Amino acid sequence: MINYIYLVPLFPLLGFLLNGLLRNKLSKSLTAFIGCGTILASFLLSAAIFTEVSKAGFQAQTVTLFPFIQVNTLKIPFAFQVDQLSTLFLLIITGVGFLIHLYSTSYMHEETGDHYARYFSYLNLFVFSMLLLVLGANYVIMFIGWEGVGLCSYLLIGYWFKNLDYDNAAKKAFIMNRIGDLGFLLAVFLIISKFGSATFADIYPKAPQISVRALTAITLLLFIGATGKSAQIPLYTWLPDAMAGPTPVSALIHAATMVTAGIYMIARSNILYTLAPTTQTVVAITGLATALLAATIALKQNDIKKVLAYSTISQLGYMFLGLGVGAYTGSVFHVMTHAFFKALLFLGAGSVIHAIHEQDIRKMGGLRKFMPITHITFLFACFAIAGIPPFSGFFSKDEILAAAYQKNPVYYVIGVFTALLTAFYMFRLYATTFLGTFRGENAHIEDHHDMQSAEPGSEPASHNHEPDSHSIHESPAAITIPLIILAILAVIGGFLGIPEVFAKDLHWLGHFLGPVFQASTNKQAAVLFPPSQELTLMGISVAVALIGVITAWTRFSRKPELEEPTGIGAILANKWYVDEIYDALIVRPLNAFGKFLNNVIEKSVIDWAVNGAGRIVQYSSRQIRLIQSGQVGGYVLLMVVGMVILFIVELFVKK
Amino acid sequence: MPINYYIFLSVALFCIGVAGVLTRRNAIIIFMCVELMLNAVNLLLVAFSKMHHVALYKINPEAGINGQIFVFFIMVVAAAEVSVGLAIIVMMYRNTHSVDVNFLNRLKH
Amino acid sequence: MSPTQILFWSLSVLALFSAIMMVASKNPIHSVLWLIAVFFSISGHYILLNAQFLAIVNLIVYAGAIMVLFLFVIMLMNLNADTEPQKNKWLKIAGVIAGGALLLVFVAALKNADLKNQIAQVNGGNIGLISNLGLSLFHDYVIPFEISSILFLSAMVGAVVIGKRE
Repeated sequence: MINYIYLVPLFPLLGFLLNGLLRNKLSKSLTAFIGCGTILASFLLSAAIFTEVSKAGFQAQTVTLFPFIQVNTLKIPFAFQVDQLSTLFLLIITGVGFLIHLYSTSYMHEETGDHYARYFSYLNLFVFSMLLLVLGANYVIMFIGWEGVGLCSYLLIGYWFKNLDYDNAAKKAFIMNRIGDLGFLLAVFLIISKFGSATFADIYPKAPQISVRALTAITLLLFIGATGKSAQIPLYTWLPDAMAGPTPVSALIHAATMVTAGIYMIARSNILYTLAPTTQTVVAITGLATALLAATIALKQNDIKKVLAYSTISQLGYMFLGLGVGAYTGSVFHVMTHAFFKALLFLGAGSVIHAIHEQDIRKMGGLRKFMPITHITFLFACFAIAGIPPFSGFFSKDEILAAAYQKNPVYYVIGVFTALLTAFYMFRLYATTFLGTFRGENAHIEDHHDMQSAEPGSEPASHNHEPDSHSIHESPAAITIPLIILAILAVIGGFLGIPEVFAKDLHWLGHFLGPVFQASTNKQAAVLFPPSQELTLMGISVAVALIGVITAWTRFSRKPELEEPTGIGAILANKWYVDEIYDALIVRPLNAFGKFLNNVIEKSVIDWAVNGAGRIVQYSSRQIRLIQSGQVGGYVLLMVVGMVILFIVELFVKK
Repeated sequence: MPINYYIFLSVALFCIGVAGVLTRRNAIIIFMCVELMLNAVNLLLVAFSKMHHVALYKINPEAGINGQIFVFFIMVVAAAEVSVGLAIIVMMYRNTHSVDVNFLNRLKH
Repeated sequence: MSPTQILFWSLSVLALFSAIMMVASKNPIHSVLWLIAVFFSISGHYILLNAQFLAIVNLIVYAGAIMVLFLFVIMLMNLNADTEPQKNKWLKIAGVIAGGALLLVFVAALKNADLKNQIAQVNGGNIGLISNLGLSLFHDYVIPFEISSILFLSAMVGAVVIGKRE
């Protein structure tokens, strides 16, 4: 079965080619069938492989397909890594991916046929790239997938390419990712120069022999790549803007899968990070700072997708905190649960947007009555992300926080404070959207134009589908079924990793992933945690989360925050002015520098040199032309002069 | 006589021939200057031939005779050259009614 | 100063003077006559070097046949001093300078050559006699001799073809 692993990425590639090349010929239903069917096939195959891998005593395998790069002693094969970590990610990607494809068939139904096919071909290409990223058995193959998902992210953010703002958002995402990718690329070069190979199986056993300084450099560069892809400080600002893409795209790429690529990469390279404590500290602090910053920003956002985007950044920050403190299993666990509940949140938000063609939560409210399935699934997801037991988020977040406490209690305090903020802003979002009364009726006439630009995909329908309370209804089955499935997963997903305190040896995920992180666990001093202390920590975090939930619920369900924020609120609503600071510190100086180069260096130096060279040649040839007079006498004279020069050179100069 | 004298005499004659080629426009004069240069070389060959003879006649009584044979052949070639060259000049005069080499600027085109 | 030396110097001066006059004179006829004078002095040198055969051939072929041919052509064309247009003055100076530079280079190069003890024998030796040269020519150099006859034939044909009126 494992030898058929190459089929897993091949199916989405096939779907991409079919949908992309035949987009003008295929009917919409056929397009949807190809798009979903290929992913479903990949999912089933992944599940089969997963069962094989999850058998006891499974050894990690490398399936080599063909040699990719061979230069002297450096051999980089096109190979796939099949082990617990990669198959787990396979399941998340193809599983969540399939649900989101299914959801998209309904959500994107108003698109014309060729654009519909274009959308699905991009989505399939994305799944292909993501699978390549996860399956690659060396950093080079991983980099191919890494670049591929960046490209697909760009294509899908700019899916409605006629809107200039969306194009700019796409470009921003692409450029931010490129900055990170440069770090990744440098890390790969450094790895090849230090280890003489890019293959994981060759590198990791050799890691302890490499100097700590080299490892620190490698891991820091890899981490720069991860900050780009996984939206961490300082490269996170692209992710909120990436919400310009269709909502299922936000769910799949910018919440569930692509942004976790950085986590995957670091988890994969865990031994390198364990051996470089400096980098671990940097990773932990960056993750924590990102989590806190994004959570504060999310408090005052009014766009439903923006809130979710910032919560994604915040949760990614948690994952990096986990990686930084050595809780690799916890991070991967959180990736998994986050994939469930964040995909669910986005799809729920998409369902809301689909129903009322509005993204501003101030114009929502009271949707509980109209959209019961969306409401209940959304509520579950909110509980999960807030970390209320027994929803999945509690288990994974708690594992990370416990590890953080072991490392440094300050990490824990900030982490818990962020958890409070998370619970608060998620339930602010929930309460404003689903509770209270609907506030959209009297606002829709003059805001009609905004709504179109907010979600142009739904443009034609919004003309005769005015958002008043009578016409709002639950979304079709293709949208609700993925919601329900994801809701179930979001609720029960946490039971894959029950902490030791509650039940001995029930942390299934920890056992499953054990072999992958074996080398790192051996290096880390296992601090035994008294159960009472762990329970206390859990109690604190749950209590804090509950405080956040209750405060938000009571405060916003009756009287939502409609007026423009002031004071600190305004700063938060403006995202700490980070975009403006970047603009002033980086973009504008670069533009000015570019303008300087263009106006001064280009015009007066380069142009001058180029034109000067041309002018010199022209002038000299105009002069030299006169020698070619056709007069034999002149030629003979030149011949004699040449002879004299030759004689002088031969007889005098050479000696 | 020391060989130097002959060498310098020949070189002087040769250079006068070169200067003549460069300064005159009349094709016939230029041709005559070429003949002068040939004769300068001939003189040098004969001088060298005698130089070799005096150095080597004890071993080989005919040493240096090759140089004089060579001069003979140069004269033969020069005679042939003159016959063809003068024919060309006559031809050129017939076409342009001039022997000015500056009329022969076809190389320009 | 021995008579040989007197002869050498006077012949050399005559040759150089005649060559310069050949180049400098305006009238082509005068040039031809000066060139004949050069040839005569060179023949004198040949005799000094005991190359009697070459001296006679030089006189017969060059001074006699070739120069008479030149005279014929010049007279046929009716050229005189006025027919030659003046060349560009600067080009003339450049020509003289180039020739002078060539001479200077040669002299400078040969000045220090170690040739002081090499003597070109005058008034002695018999390799220049017609019998010796004839032996060598028809013995060792018979093939080049025959080839040169073919050269003459082709030159003759060429002269006829070129000179023929179309």
